[in-house]
Amino acid sequence: MLAMNYRGPYRVRADHKPDPVIEHPGDAIVRVTRSCICGSDLHLYHGMVPDTRVGHTFGHEFIGVVEDVGSGVHNLKVGDRVLVPFNLFCGSCFFCQRELFGNCHNTNPEATAVGAIYGYSHTAGGYDGGQAEFVRVPMADVGPYVIPDDIHDDDAVLLTDALPTGYQAAEMGDIQEGDTVVVFGAGPVGIFAAKSAWLMGAGRVIVVDCVDYRLEFVKRYAQCEVVNFLEVNDMALHIKKMTDWMGADVCIDAVGGDASGNISQTITGRLMKIQGGAATVLHWCINSVRKGGNVSIVGVYGPTTNMVPIGNALNKGLTLRMNQASVKRHLPRLIEHIRAGHIDPKQIITHRIPLEEVADAYHIFSSKLDNCIKPILIPPSANQVRAVSATAAH
Amino acid sequence: MEPRKEDSGHHHHHGHDHGHGHLQMHPSQGHLEPRRPSREELSHIQGWGADLDRKNRPAVPMERTPPRFIDAKPGDPPQQPETVEVLVSPERPGITPIFGTAQPPSGLSGMIRRLAFKSTENDLRHWMLLLLADRVNVVEGVVEDLARGHVPNILGEMGIKSEMKHNPAGLAKKVAITAAVVGAAVYLMKRSDRDQVGYEGDRYGKRYYR
Repeated sequence: MLAMNYRGPYRVRADHKPDPVIEHPGDAIVRVTRSCICGSDLHLYHGMVPDTRVGHTFGHEFIGVVEDVGSGVHNLKVGDRVLVPFNLFCGSCFFCQRELFGNCHNTNPEATAVGAIYGYSHTAGGYDGGQAEFVRVPMADVGPYVIPDDIHDDDAVLLTDALPTGYQAAEMGDIQEGDTVVVFGAGPVGIFAAKSAWLMGAGRVIVVDCVDYRLEFVKRYAQCEVVNFLEVNDMALHIKKMTDWMGADVCIDAVGGDASGNISQTITGRLMKIQGGAATVLHWCINSVRKGGNVSIVGVYGPTTNMVPIGNALNKGLTLRMNQASVKRHLPRLIEHIRAGHIDPKQIITHRIPLEEVADAYHIFSSKLDNCIKPILIPPSANQVRAVSATAAH
Repeated sequence: MEPRKEDSGHHHHHGHDHGHGHLQMHPSQGHLEPRRPSREELSHIQGWGADLDRKNRPAVPMERTPPRFIDAKPGDPPQQPETVEVLVSPERPGITPIFGTAQPPSGLSGMIRRLAFKSTENDLRHWMLLLLADRVNVVEGVVEDLARGHVPNILGEMGIKSEMKHNPAGLAKKVAITAAVVGAAVYLMKRSDRDQVGYEGDRYGKRYYR
C-alpha cells in the first residue's frame, strides 16, 4: 500500500509498505478515505518527539471504511464507514473505566507518561498511522465510531481530533457565564477552542497568533477579537490592558512546543531541544490569566522538561488543567452541535492534497504557505471499490 | 464599563521635590473590576451558551464511571502475541495487552534505543538517548535507501516543489544565503590550501606539485 514515510526531520515521502494485518482478535483493518495533517504532527515532522523512527507512518486523524475485522470484533462489520478517535484505547483499564480514553494504560508499552496515539512515534505506542491507504485499528469494538449518514466525511475527519480537542480545551477552562477567554494559537484546535468557548457562555473571546491570514479567518469564523503578538510589546501586559487590568479569566494554550515569540524559549526548546519544546505560550498563559483563573493546556509538549513560571501559578492560585482529548466521550454532543448549525467544522479545510504529494503537504502546512489552515490527504484507496463488494455484485 | 476613577490633582504631578529627589507619585489604580457583557450583547454569537449548563458538557465531571459511549467488556483484553521486538518502559511490570509492531528497533539506533529503555521515563537520559537514536536512524535511513539502489530525493522530501510554487522569493533568498555560505567556505578552504602549498613547497621544493 501507499503510505506516508518519515525519513528524518523535515523529510517525508509517500512510499510503498506492506498492508497491515490483523494481529489481535480485537483488530480491524480500515481503508482510509481521508486523513488530516495535525499541528501536532509537525512536532514529529520537526524531530521533536523522542523515538520517532525512520519509516514511521504518521496520521492520527483519519476516517475510512472497515475492510476486515478480527474474530473478537462484534460491534463493527465490513463496509462500515467509521471515524477513528486519535487515541487508541482499550475501554477496560482503570482510566478507560473513568472515561479518560486519552490516558489508556493498556495500549502503549513504551511509556506510562502518554497514552497510545495512531502514528505518533514509539513514545505513543509504535502504531503506524492513517496517512496511508490502510490502517490497523486495534480494539475495534471500542474505539471507532460509525459515522451517521447525515454527517459529511469532511466534518467526520475533524471529529477525530481537532474539534474534540478544541472543545475539551474550552471545557477544561471551566468557563463561567461572561468569562473572558484568551486562546493562544489560531490553528485548527485554537479556532475550535474559540468557537467552543462561546458555546460555554464566554463573554469575550480573544485569539492570539502571529499569522495574519489565520487571525483574519478566526475573527470571522469564531466571531472573536484577535491580537497579533508581533504587534505587542509584552503579551501579559497587553492582555491586562484589554481586560480592565485584571487578566483573563481563562487562558488556553492551543500551541504547545512549536511556539515562537520568545527567543530564549525558541533556542532552548526548539533548536537545542533541552526543553520539551518552547514553553512560550504556557508562560504567557500563566502570566496573562487573572488570579484564581484557569489555564487549560492542549498544546503538545515533549516528555523531557519545560521552563515555566510555576511560582506565579502558585502565588496567583491558578488551576491548570490539561489532557489529551478523550475524543469518544465528546462525539455525541459535538455531532448535536454540527446538526444544530452551531459549528461547521469543514469550513477550516483549506487544502486537499493527494497522499502521493505528502512531502509538499507537510511543507505547506509547516511553513504556513498558501494561507493553509487545515490540509487533508486523500489516498488513492479513497475511491477504491472493495473487492468483496465487486464480487458480491456478480 | 465603569470608568476607572482617577484622582485628580497632585497625584499626577510627578517628582514633588521636598528632599525626595526620586520620589515619583503614581495615580491610584482605583477599584478594578472586569466588565462582563450582557446576554443581549452576545445574542449575535452563533450557539452562544448552548453548553453553559454543565449538564451539557460531556467531560463534567472529569472522571465518570461506569463509562458511557463504549461497549466495555469486563476484564482486560486478551494478550496480543509478540512477533517483533517491542521495548517496554521500565515503569511497567510487563508488556501491555495491545501494542504497536511498526518499525522494531534495528541497527545502531536500535542498540541505543535498547540502552535508553534501561533507564526510566523519569530519567532524562532515557529521552536524550532516544533523541540521539533518532538522529542516528536518519543516517541509517539514507544508507538503507542507497543500499537498495534508491537515491533519496532529499529536496523533494522536504517539499521543494511547494516552496517553488508558493514561496519563490523565500526560496531564492534561501538559495542565495546557502550559495554565499558555501562560496565563503570554499574560498576559505582554497586559501588555506594555497597557504599549505606554499609552506610544503618551501620545505620540500616544487617536485611534489605540478
